[in-house]
Amino acid sequence: MSLMKRISLIFRSKASKAIDRAEDPRETLDYSYQRQVELLTKVRRGVADVATSRKRVELQVTQLEQQAAKLTAQAQKAIEVGREDLAREALTRKSALTSQIGDLQAQHAQLQAEEEKLVSSQQRLQAKVEAFRTRKETIKATYTAAEAQTRINEAVSGIGEEMGDVGLAIQRAEDKTAQMQARAGAIDELIASGALDDATATNRGDDIARELDALSSTSDVEAELARLKAGAQPQAIEAPESGPILAGEAQAQPVADEEGRS
Amino acid sequence: MIVRILGEGQLDVPETALDRLNELDGAVERAVEAGDEAAFTAALAALLDGVREVGVAHPADSLDESDLILPPADATLDEVREMLGDDGLVPG
Repeated sequence: MSLMKRISLIFRSKASKAIDRAEDPRETLDYSYQRQVELLTKVRRGVADVATSRKRVELQVTQLEQQAAKLTAQAQKAIEVGREDLAREALTRKSALTSQIGDLQAQHAQLQAEEEKLVSSQQRLQAKVEAFRTRKETIKATYTAAEAQTRINEAVSGIGEEMGDVGLAIQRAEDKTAQMQARAGAIDELIASGALDDATATNRGDDIARELDALSSTSDVEAELARLKAGAQPQAIEAPESGPILAGEAQAQPVADEEGRS
Repeated sequence: MIVRILGEGQLDVPETALDRLNELDGAVERAVEAGDEAAFTAALAALLDGVREVGVAHPADSLDESDLILPPADATLDEVREMLGDDGLVPG
């Protein structure tokens, strides 16, 4: 037998087994409707769960991207101060982050696709539940119990298949979301545990930042020293041009001012 | 006839397309039997594309049962085996 037919038969028999059949066939309609409404709630919750996971991954991507940008800036700064080794280190860390980001972006795309699928499942189920509700009332009002049986079976079987489909979609989305959450959680944990600290700490500052800070404070000291020395020399006559920089320097300033005025 | 692609909904497919779809279905079945994941993925995609190509969306507010039900597009070989009742697909 063809694959399509086998899957159809198995799927349909599962779907029809899942439907409660009441003693009074009309009650079957109400039970079934109740189950449909419950399933609609479940699928809405599923959509919300997937959206939450998607947003979490989005946030992680943003965090890692900020970190990557910071490492690029550090590499740039390291090159400016002639520390190729530091620049190399920063870029190596950035490349590790870049692959993490790529991985997260792929997860994000999957979650987004899953979310869209669930939303469209929800819309289809919603349309069918509405149709069922109308049909249910018609059957109840128009037919005797005996006549109603056939129509009830048709309606219940028709929606049973949709419910089976939506149920499966929810289950698949839950499985995928759980996997993604486990991976997203692992990244959160890595960040929290400090294993990625050097590469991802945004506030505490990392070893590259510390070394660059040390370098820049050394060069600031040298620069200030040079300015002080220059201020003590006669050629400081040109100092007023760079006045604002020296404004806070009590020792150099009066000399420059005097020279400038005379 | 009405064909449901799981996760995508129902499509009305003309009977005339059935021969071609049976061919595509045969390829999926062979891949499942051979346990060839790559061939399975390609064959399933071809089958679903074939259905989508000739099918038009069945009204969402109908309560009609499908004549055929197909696995979702992202189904794996194992999932399809599971759908078939996990019987290892031994014919007969």
